[in-house]
Amino acid sequence: MADTATKTEEAHSDHHDDHHHDQSFWSKYVFSTDHKVIGMQYMLTGVAMALIGGFMSYVFRMQLAFPDESVPFFGRVSSLEYNALVTNHGTIMIFWVAMPILIAAFGNFLIPLMCGCDDMVFPRINRLSYQVFLLSAVVLVISFFVPGGGFGGAWTAYPPLSANAEYSLTPMGSTLWILAVALEFVAFLMGGINFITTAMNARAKGMRMFDIPLVVWMIVIASILFMISVGPLIAGAIMLLLDQLVGTAFFNPFRGGDPILWQHLFWFFGHPEVYVVLLPALGIVGEIIPTFARKKFFGYKLALYTVFATGILSFVVWAHHQFIAGVDPRMVHLFTVTTLLISIPIAELCFLYIATLYGGSISFKTPMLWALAFVVEFLIGGVTGIHLGASGADIYMHDTYFVVAHFHYTFFPIAIIGFYAGITFWFPKWTGCMLNEFWGKVHFWLTIIPFNCIFIPLFILGMGGQHRRIYNHQHFSELATPEYQNLRIFATVSLIVMLLAQVIFFVNIILSLRKGKKAGKNPWKANTLEWTTESPPGHGNFKELPEVYRGPYEYSVPGRKEDYWPQDQKE
Amino acid sequence: MIESLIESGSSYSGDIDFLFTLITVIVGIWFIISEVVLFYFLFRYRKRDGVKAEYLSGEKKSHKKWISIPHWLIIACDIVLIVGAVQVWHHIKQKMPPAEETIRIIAQQWAWTFVHPGKDGLLDTDDDITIVDELHLKENTTYHYELSSRDVLHCFSIPIFRLKQDTIPGRKISGWFRPTTTGVHDVQCAEMCGAGHGLMPAILTIHTEEEYAEWLENQTPNLDPDPLKNEQFRGKEIGELAAD
Amino acid sequence: MSFQIPIATSRNLTGVPTGRLGVWWIVASEIVIFGGLLAAFLMYRLHHGDEWAKEAGKTNIWCGSINTFVLLTSSYFVVLAHKAAGENKLQEAYKYIWWTIAGGGIFMCVKFYEYTSKIFPEWYYTQQIIEEKGIESITITTSVFWAFYFTATGIHGVHVLGGMVIMAIIAHDAKKGKFLHRVENIGIYWHFVDLVWIFLFPLFYIASGL
Repeated sequence: MADTATKTEEAHSDHHDDHHHDQSFWSKYVFSTDHKVIGMQYMLTGVAMALIGGFMSYVFRMQLAFPDESVPFFGRVSSLEYNALVTNHGTIMIFWVAMPILIAAFGNFLIPLMCGCDDMVFPRINRLSYQVFLLSAVVLVISFFVPGGGFGGAWTAYPPLSANAEYSLTPMGSTLWILAVALEFVAFLMGGINFITTAMNARAKGMRMFDIPLVVWMIVIASILFMISVGPLIAGAIMLLLDQLVGTAFFNPFRGGDPILWQHLFWFFGHPEVYVVLLPALGIVGEIIPTFARKKFFGYKLALYTVFATGILSFVVWAHHQFIAGVDPRMVHLFTVTTLLISIPIAELCFLYIATLYGGSISFKTPMLWALAFVVEFLIGGVTGIHLGASGADIYMHDTYFVVAHFHYTFFPIAIIGFYAGITFWFPKWTGCMLNEFWGKVHFWLTIIPFNCIFIPLFILGMGGQHRRIYNHQHFSELATPEYQNLRIFATVSLIVMLLAQVIFFVNIILSLRKGKKAGKNPWKANTLEWTTESPPGHGNFKELPEVYRGPYEYSVPGRKEDYWPQDQKE
Repeated sequence: MIESLIESGSSYSGDIDFLFTLITVIVGIWFIISEVVLFYFLFRYRKRDGVKAEYLSGEKKSHKKWISIPHWLIIACDIVLIVGAVQVWHHIKQKMPPAEETIRIIAQQWAWTFVHPGKDGLLDTDDDITIVDELHLKENTTYHYELSSRDVLHCFSIPIFRLKQDTIPGRKISGWFRPTTTGVHDVQCAEMCGAGHGLMPAILTIHTEEEYAEWLENQTPNLDPDPLKNEQFRGKEIGELAAD
Repeated sequence: MSFQIPIATSRNLTGVPTGRLGVWWIVASEIVIFGGLLAAFLMYRLHHGDEWAKEAGKTNIWCGSINTFVLLTSSYFVVLAHKAAGENKLQEAYKYIWWTIAGGGIFMCVKFYEYTSKIFPEWYYTQQIIEEKGIESITITTSVFWAFYFTATGIHGVHVLGGMVIMAIIAHDAKKGKFLHRVENIGIYWHFVDLVWIFLFPLFYIASGL
């Protein structure tokens, strides 16, 4: 049976390149099944959502710095609105920015190119996945404007608050919110089918398991982690929807349910989810550092083993989010141990990235700056996680701004630095034009410096006992001191500077698209397969599907004149 | 580190502060070493004309030791931290020293109700003193608390005690603390509980023995376990919050 | 819209056809969804013991048994359909797929009776019997046990219905000899639906004495 299918497809492929020339705008850009177009759709949707999420952060940071004053471009922020803003800022940045950009956009663009095939194996499922994702984004945006306003029960949506409208006061907002999240999960499950089957089944001839570039490995492992962890939460989302709409009592303690169940379902997903978005970002950085250090990746296999270990451990750490939530205090010890253990593979991975630089010939192009910034900043996020994973210290640190600062030091490198690293690195491939280096570096420094200025004050505020999701800290005598208020204002001003600096990036993109230098096939002199084809790759990606002879990181091989050795070159 | 920002006010707050400092020192050393090495490499191996990069796979034993030695060192550090964390947790959340007094804390959207045991030192007697959003304690007394919630999850948090504990509707959660200082401090709700989450501060007053006796003298026992007209109270708050 | 299957789809590095890999992926993600639901149910069940055992005693064990038998039989037919498709006996494959769909149909009819007899007992019993035996209408909001019962069996029922629709399409193609490899793929899916029921049946119907 499979044979017949293969035959017909071979017959098709003979005149593969002749097709698809006179397509309408709609079928080429909107309903396309081409993985590059779908990747771009995910990217643009993700960036659009990031702008919404960024605007939200501006509004609530303004409220915190200048309580109860009218915020320019928004107006006065009520406490219900404040809750809705922080809730949806978190939800958007994780589910509608980090996920689509890091996994879906880069996964879609890179996996077929790096594996040396012409498209994903199921292009129509791929298209459907994007359409469901777009629908989920639309549902979420609608939820801000329904009567009662957007959902404000925090991105963790703990019931009973999220399950009963009489508590949350947002009957429609909370239903649409959970519906959007569930749709988004379905979209990524469908996307995952393609990532994993393409990387498993459709690699170029000669590409063995350990010839696969790190970023492809990472996206595949991330998809598997996502698939395994999200199931229980999909079940939980159905239960929560039924609680909201039909009046069941899964999470209602007064009618036989248990609100803690949701926390387990949520965090069983929520913790691996951190690694789901972390891994693709690590993969992107793992491509960039060897390229600009002209070095073979230090301990490629070891890196993969640490990632496997992290993936497995990530399923047994979830209750460290619930230390003080009323779970059995004896159980806490177990999760403290697993949580601190997970620091080992992650630390080793960071060491491998640093070790790759040893003996290199490092040039500081914009993508490399972003990649290095990722390592530098992520280390801060990583080490502050230990304070929170250690049960004893978490009694105090839980739900303070220390937590906020900690996870922004992980998520900002992941979602924002990872995105900029990837986009500046692959922009020439994606569009055929080089980005302007000077403005790229200006943008880099104007993003990284304010970023640290936003979140270092938050560590201090958190240590001082400032708790999260409070729309006005002036109500608390110990938090209303002028020193603390100055820190809040400093963080807010830094945020505004950082947000404004992003304009440089968009202007740079537009100018580079118009006037930028032509990139050519391989502007960075990199090894992986995507650099062997045209920029941008045409339909079908390769004129002739490539064959692979070696691993992806053969830089500066002794005895060769060139300091790189593309995977598809025989000699 | 923490005590320089906020007073240390319970018998165990020093333990948490010490654990926090211990963690900061240990991870701080790792952090500084990593960043120094990283920046040294960036400087030392910057691109120079005529210098070609080395070819190292990192798979050789002599290379791997640069990863495996830190690996064992991290495990050693982790064990130290786990022992510290487990001890502090066990002391605060598992081992309950005998109570000298017990108070009852009831959370709801968006207020705290504190039931003080009154003169006889026992709850559920006629002289219980029930106050909304005000907690009165006396110094150097071991308290047990009984936490419950009327509606959603809340989190009973007293920063100077370094204490946090979620409340769960339908359950009674117990714990303990022992104030070691006096003065007026904040009680927070540290779990998202809806529109008025930011409006749940309560005032904690810790008295000396004599002051407490005096305060107790001036209180009229309040027999009603639910002094808030629940609906009325919430209606007022919602009206205010949704006004914008 | 003209759509061309890419070369990637026909590549086969693992030795497992991509279509089948895709189906396994779907099955795996479904297993964790049902797994989460059933794990949650089990936690509650063990916690509530007797109280829920009494509720579980009210499920219709006859309906459950008949449905188990029907579903297992239909799984057998889908195996026959796969075998026939492998031997390129199109008419036979077509026939067996429809036998499988018929099995799903019977399952859904029994399910319909089960649900309605719980929710609307007055449809099946006279007022006198209802009063004598004290039969009460049971819905999804009656208690958390019944919420789990209706949710889990309901989601499973949706999967059965979906499988029936897809099978009808595949049968239509198979008759013309198109996409024969899909017969095996739907077979994997159908076995999975069967397997879920094998978990649901003891958990909700038999284990009333736990």
